Amino acid sequence: MSNFSLLDNELIPNHEILGEDEMRSVLKQYNIGKEQLPKLKVSDPIAKEIGAIVGDVVKITRNSYTAGESLYYRYVIE
Amino acid sequence: MSVTSVIAADTYDDDGYPIDMGLMDLRLGVIDPGLKCKSCGSRAGECPGHFGHIELVAPVIHVGFNKTIRKALRSICWNCSSLLLEEKKKNEFLVQFKKLKEMGHLPDTLINNIFKEARKSKKCPYCGESQREIKFEKPSDYVEDGRKLSPTEIRDRFENISDDDVRVMGMDPGSARPEWMILTVLPVPPVTVRPSITLESGQRSEDDLTHKLVDIIRINQRFQENRDAGAPQLIIEDLWELLQYHVTTFFDNEVSGVPPARHRSGRPLKTLTQRLKGKEGRFRGSLSGKRVNFSARTVVSPDPNLSINEVGVPLSIAKHMTIPVRVISRNLELMRTYVSRGSSVHPGANYIIRNDGKRLKITDLNRDELVETIESGWTVERQMQNGDVVLFNRQPSLHKMSIMAHRVKVLPSKTFKLNPAVCPPYNADFDGDEMNMHVLQTEESRAEASILMQVQENILSPRFGGPIIGGIHDHISGLFLLTRNEKMISKNDALELLKKSEIRKLPEPVGYDDAGEPYWDGKQIFSQILPSGLDLEFPAEVCSKCDVCKKEKCEEDSYVVIRDGELIMGTIDEKAIGAFKGKVLDKIVKKYGSTAGANFVDDFTRLAIRGVMYTGLSFGISDEDIPEDAKLNITVNLEKAEADVSKLIAAYDAKELEALPGRTLAETIEMRIMQRLGKARDEAGNTAGNKLGLENSAVIMAKSGARGSMLNLTQMAACVGQQAVRGERIRRGYAGRTLPHFDKGDLGADAHGFVKSSYKSGLNPTEYFFHAIGGREGLVDTAVRTSQSGYLQRRLVNALQDLEVQYDRSVRETRGVVVQFKYGEDGINSTKSDFNKPETMHKIVSSVTGKEVV
Repeated sequence: MSNFSLLDNELIPNHEILGEDEMRSVLKQYNIGKEQLPKLKVSDPIAKEIGAIVGDVVKITRNSYTAGESLYYRYVIE
Repeated sequence: MSVTSVIAADTYDDDGYPIDMGLMDLRLGVIDPGLKCKSCGSRAGECPGHFGHIELVAPVIHVGFNKTIRKALRSICWNCSSLLLEEKKKNEFLVQFKKLKEMGHLPDTLINNIFKEARKSKKCPYCGESQREIKFEKPSDYVEDGRKLSPTEIRDRFENISDDDVRVMGMDPGSARPEWMILTVLPVPPVTVRPSITLESGQRSEDDLTHKLVDIIRINQRFQENRDAGAPQLIIEDLWELLQYHVTTFFDNEVSGVPPARHRSGRPLKTLTQRLKGKEGRFRGSLSGKRVNFSARTVVSPDPNLSINEVGVPLSIAKHMTIPVRVISRNLELMRTYVSRGSSVHPGANYIIRNDGKRLKITDLNRDELVETIESGWTVERQMQNGDVVLFNRQPSLHKMSIMAHRVKVLPSKTFKLNPAVCPPYNADFDGDEMNMHVLQTEESRAEASILMQVQENILSPRFGGPIIGGIHDHISGLFLLTRNEKMISKNDALELLKKSEIRKLPEPVGYDDAGEPYWDGKQIFSQILPSGLDLEFPAEVCSKCDVCKKEKCEEDSYVVIRDGELIMGTIDEKAIGAFKGKVLDKIVKKYGSTAGANFVDDFTRLAIRGVMYTGLSFGISDEDIPEDAKLNITVNLEKAEADVSKLIAAYDAKELEALPGRTLAETIEMRIMQRLGKARDEAGNTAGNKLGLENSAVIMAKSGARGSMLNLTQMAACVGQQAVRGERIRRGYAGRTLPHFDKGDLGADAHGFVKSSYKSGLNPTEYFFHAIGGREGLVDTAVRTSQSGYLQRRLVNALQDLEVQYDRSVRETRGVVVQFKYGEDGINSTKSDFNKPETMHKIVSSVTGKEVV
């Protein structure tokens, strides 16, 4: 079986694990706790791909027709 | 909780007085006027009612918990009642419970998993007993290895479950324990929940629930007597089952496997579950569904002379609709005049509320007295009058524009009147549609409605960032006729056209006719209602979409150029002022604001109506006439097409036809025939269309976008074309053929629903039949689609109703969980965008620099 990265597919937006500092600033910006972020399961293929573990926050950068780029954050859960 | 035990299976004694410890016991609350509740001392209407109870002789199962009882029974040991899981597993599950709670998720799936896990154990890890299979038999029997478990046994087992195990089962032992799913005591709902009605004959008719409770008490008593008398086990069991039946149907009379309990008349009883369930149930019918006062409903009809912000209200309705006004020193005299007019003379008043809160109807008798005694602090309910803000609504209310605020104009008609330009958002027409009006009662609501809900604030739709209110039908044809070609409009006519607008001065005339009289053209007249400073360029709807647009040099006058509020060239049609498309309207609202937008719509609707009347626009059967040679041409072309189809069929029969990729031969021939016949219809349409020029009223309406299409015209004048069912030629009917008029296996055009005739020439019988088949499919489709999309809408709305855009532009639900970090992921209010396209900036730049931005 050949190896390929999910992120190479143009339909899958870029996912990256947020660093501690950046995560805190995002949570502060929206004045929320981690639990109030949208969720992402660790079992999700993309979470496995980028090696996210439970408790991480993943930043998703999507291409948008109207906004150019839009950011989204998801909290990794079991 | 209970105020009394209920023992007597009776309601009232012979004197009509509630029996003590009966089902209508005075401690359970009162419904008869004059009596006092023995529990709280209040009278009927004030007393909320109090629960009683029935002590059941033997425990019975509560039907609503059958599922949970079954699951619990299977996951505990029959011997020692411990949950069939290792200690370690239990702790793991408890940790998961905690986690879910922190995240605010529901524990339902976890609980199911725990039960599933526990059921797998074949042997109790605590007492070592091997576990037995428990079968559930409808409606409420549990069979263990062929032996029925009695409710008492089940209850005993549940009672022995330890508190720790109960917690692992997802319950809180402090507030609910599993054995409570088996009833030993039945709560008796208060009388206020099951009021009895006194019929005209003086006879009392009890509520269904009361009937059911009577049954339960009777059986309970008989059970008790039999057991005390030492009756045989068989009879006891029968009675137990009967008690179970009555308690079951008391909760739910539609349990599968249980015959519904019936009234004497044979009607099934409406018990507790039936009261809550379904569309007319307590939740959807009584709690979510609201009924209101201060509303009116009648047929709507058009009135182009009204502003879009107005609604014409019939005088007879205006007299019934009231608005409360607090009397103060400054409006005392005005209120006096309203009161003195009473309720029969129009701007009068119907009710008056005194300082002590008493509401009096103003009649001819007390009118004069009230005028004298009225003082500040009182409230007068005056009749609705011109300028009052009301909400106007047409069902189905699918989007926010289905309810808009209008200003009242009282008219001497019998119907609500509205400007036809507001038909699109309501999706209203005037074939008998009825609409509702709600009169706002407070100052706050009126302010909110006129700022947020008034029609002019809703000209632009958030759905596509363009106008949803705009010209329709005659508005479009009217302005099209007025602005197309150079017209010579005399001073009289020009003034007539503009008389209903605010325009009081005519511009410089374009020229003088032979008699030396000045004349104006239609573009000038239209320019009068455009705000100055408006610059706009776009191709009109009539544009024939040449490969390279000649723009200003367009020969068809279909490139619209507006400079500084002056229509320089081009024709005004649907693209300019139509609902959904109107670019001029769109620009005016976005540049000059909603008031200017509303004024523009008001002006152009009035101008357009006078515009159509100036030229006149009519359509008759002779407008579908096409010259003989064109008719011949069409016939020849259709025959050629039929010949081609025959050739295709011959090739198919001879198996010479080449199959299209991915298609069978039979599919290929169908497609080829459809293609050829489609082409034939288009050709016929073009032939007819070329003969019908822009002087034909139907063509004017089709090309300007007012109503109808060229296809409609083609079907009327030239050829109706192929009739289809599910996108295929018609095939159903008899074996191998559609109708007995054709040979079996005939693949020809006419045998499968190709209609050669036009609507004008008339269809032959087989064509007519195929046309009916095709038409029926359309009807069925719409019926099915509306019901499906209605349900889809309901589910979507239920799922999304609590989402809210916050001040930081994030979208969150009630718990504060973020759904979108920026509304729509771009933070754009689509109402303010240019038709939802990202090129808004380009337009702004080009309007300032005058240069086109790519």
